[in-house]
Amino acid sequence: MWSFSNISQFIDNWLRATFNPTWTMVIEMVIAGVGVISLFALLGLVLVLMERRVAAWIQIRLGPNRVGPGGMFQSLADTVKLLVKEGMTPIGADRFLFNLAPLIATMVAMLLIAPIAFAKNFQLWDLNIGVLYVSAVSSVMVVSILMAGWASNNKYSLMGAMRSGAQIVSYELSAGLSILAIVVLSGSLNLNDIIMSQADGWWIFKGHIPVIIAFVIFIIAVTAETNRAPFDLAEAESELTAGFHTEYSGMKFALFFLAEYINVFIVCAIGATLFLGGWMPFHIGHWQGFNHVMDYIPSSIWFFGKTFFMIFLIMWFRWTFPRLRIDQLLNLEWRYLLPISMFNILLVTLIAIFGWHF
Amino acid sequence: MFMVKYITDVFSGLKSLATGLRRTLYYFTHHKEIITEQYPDNRETLNLPERFKGEVVMLHDENNEHACTGCTACELACPNATIKIITKFDITPEGKKKKALDKFVYHLELCTMCNLCIVACPTDAIKMAQTFEHSVYDRSELTKILNKPGSKIREGVE
Repeated sequence: MWSFSNISQFIDNWLRATFNPTWTMVIEMVIAGVGVISLFALLGLVLVLMERRVAAWIQIRLGPNRVGPGGMFQSLADTVKLLVKEGMTPIGADRFLFNLAPLIATMVAMLLIAPIAFAKNFQLWDLNIGVLYVSAVSSVMVVSILMAGWASNNKYSLMGAMRSGAQIVSYELSAGLSILAIVVLSGSLNLNDIIMSQADGWWIFKGHIPVIIAFVIFIIAVTAETNRAPFDLAEAESELTAGFHTEYSGMKFALFFLAEYINVFIVCAIGATLFLGGWMPFHIGHWQGFNHVMDYIPSSIWFFGKTFFMIFLIMWFRWTFPRLRIDQLLNLEWRYLLPISMFNILLVTLIAIFGWHF
Repeated sequence: MFMVKYITDVFSGLKSLATGLRRTLYYFTHHKEIITEQYPDNRETLNLPERFKGEVVMLHDENNEHACTGCTACELACPNATIKIITKFDITPEGKKKKALDKFVYHLELCTMCNLCIVACPTDAIKMAQTFEHSVYDRSELTKILNKPGSKIREGVE
């Protein structure tokens, strides 16, 4: 049967039989890099199209429907447009930092893709501190935004970057605490172990109400961390033209744009892994027959299905809620989300200690 | 007391968010609600809202008669001097002179479709039409005479 793990195993065996171990390593790394970059490109195209379609349907519009069948090639046409545009650097800008910032944004997204398990036994890097790694590396994102805002030498960019800094630093706390709820329940920081601990039911069902609260807080916090509406103060089109990427054009802007969508995919993949079981099929306790039927659906389909469900949730929020003001944003985090998630983690700890979960 | 307020705040906030989410999910799943008109493709079957206003027209019946008395109420109501009424004096059968409309001059290029002239008209002689393809090559074509040539006021309209 064809599966991601079989294909990767086959390629690995063939390379090991043909080349010596060092060259095998090098070639595998190149393959992984090319794979990640093509996944990025594909995700960028698909997610932009999906976002526009979801937005249109929610706002009672039709959405892109002119380029290609049903508007399928719209994002491809947009990419070509961005490729041929001139990448301007303003005269007053800090040239080095200005050109470095979009690269850092994409690099952070690339680093974050490493520990994600896309299918059964298919993972770039099985890291024993996967959850910690993800929450640590995702904070580097703010560096690229601050760098872009500072180097642009533009008041709107700087203001957007400052807002983004305040926002990401505060929302990381509640995102971390809600991730911690699952770490407490599963007793491991390894993403694979967390997935395996959900073999008899996903945590969102096993963990009762505290995990549902953690899930809601996680979604709110990661929406804020990825700078998407209703928390898109860093861009805030109606106030700051385009926020931190006001001065960017052409492919440099496209990299920021791509990084935003890749980050959305990554946080949704992490959320799906922690709360909805990653590639683990839908299992109910000890119903052997039912679980067996569910196993026939390939694990990669489960993973991408759950991730795209999460992405749809985030898009649904984006097109429903209005943007918050900066004081409302910080109020929401420090007065509501943080105390609630702190209380919640106590509850989760109690559940884990007494074994009240299923 | 503080805790009660805090908890009710959280729950009322969540409830209002859920209300909004339910509405948008309804629109997301019910595509028959889509209001987009794919304009040049469906010129024949265009479905314009009732309140859409395109330009001012004067109503004429089959005898080429209109209801305009030339009272200039619309001209006075217009905020940007779009309408200019030119009147003349008709001789009635009794030999009296009576004020009547000569030309209803309408500058489409100045009109903002505010509907004030239609509201002001005492005899409902003019109304808003739903035409909107107004582009022309010369702006003089936008100055229109709304009463048709040879038309006269309908009997009994004062």
